[in-house]
Amino acid sequence: MSEHHDVYHVTPFKTYMVVFLSLLVLTVLTVWVATVDFGAANAFIAFGIATVKAMLVLLYFMHLKYEVTTNRVIMASGFFFLALLFIFVLIDIVTRVPVESTL
Amino acid sequence: MSTGKIIRKDGHYAHHFESAEQEYTSSKQGVWLFLSTEILMFGGLFVAFFIYKGMYPEIFHKGAESLSWVYGAINTAVLLTSSLTMALGIHYIQKGKNSAALTQLIITVLCGAIFMGIKYIEYSHKFHLGLYPGQMFSGETGGVENLPLYFSFYYMMTGLHGIHVLLGMGLITWVAIRTARGDFGPKYYTPVEGVGLFWHVVDLIWIYLFPLLYLVE
Repeated sequence: MSEHHDVYHVTPFKTYMVVFLSLLVLTVLTVWVATVDFGAANAFIAFGIATVKAMLVLLYFMHLKYEVTTNRVIMASGFFFLALLFIFVLIDIVTRVPVESTL
Repeated sequence: MSTGKIIRKDGHYAHHFESAEQEYTSSKQGVWLFLSTEILMFGGLFVAFFIYKGMYPEIFHKGAESLSWVYGAINTAVLLTSSLTMALGIHYIQKGKNSAALTQLIITVLCGAIFMGIKYIEYSHKFHLGLYPGQMFSGETGGVENLPLYFSFYYMMTGLHGIHVLLGMGLITWVAIRTARGDFGPKYYTPVEGVGLFWHVVDLIWIYLFPLLYLVE
């Protein structure tokens, strides 16, 4: 970490406006792509756009871009453990064998 | 010898900290820890939603028909605007422009109120049709068995989120009053930053709830 880490970092007004407009454009985009059928990819596209929006909010509105590593790790750990929960529940559900099976 | 009240705006800090900067970063770290638990709390609901949707797609498909994406899209824009004004509120406090900051904070609370107003319209329309969660359901199932399951998810997720919006509005009102009172300045705005982070997470969760409930079929 740099010696002069700016604790009270001020994000320029312009940056906030650019981020805000990008978020609005992405919202219009997500509504628009919902009208197009991409089959199985629909959900991935919708949540992909949502993730880009979430990153913009985290990095700029929540200043994670200028944060100390510890706080980034704390927030990332929340998402990491959520992914673990999702993966293991999914593995459980899709590998279940019906009770009437003769396996 | 203690001189009594700690005026943090003038650079004073509690005795168990090394500096005002350390006090600020420590407070913020606590907020980040809390926010990661918020992600996990809502995350559990998201995981349950995905699993049940995979198991009973027809319930979720039918349930989603009762939602209008227009309300969802307007509410998304309202919350994104409120996130911007919240961030600008902090921006102006950092620059020592407290009255400009106060305006931004008031707009943020108003956006929260608009969001809840639209939620109220959506909820009352569903109540009118008897679309209640679980056993309280008294509407048309349209031949889909266990349709009330969808509404259990819908009310739980949007309800928990709505409670967060109301809490956030209360907290922003609190920091707005303190801003008006002159408690904050460029070197001390910890409560505003903490409340702001909370408000952005409320926005963040809605960013995922919007496609989940209103768009993906």
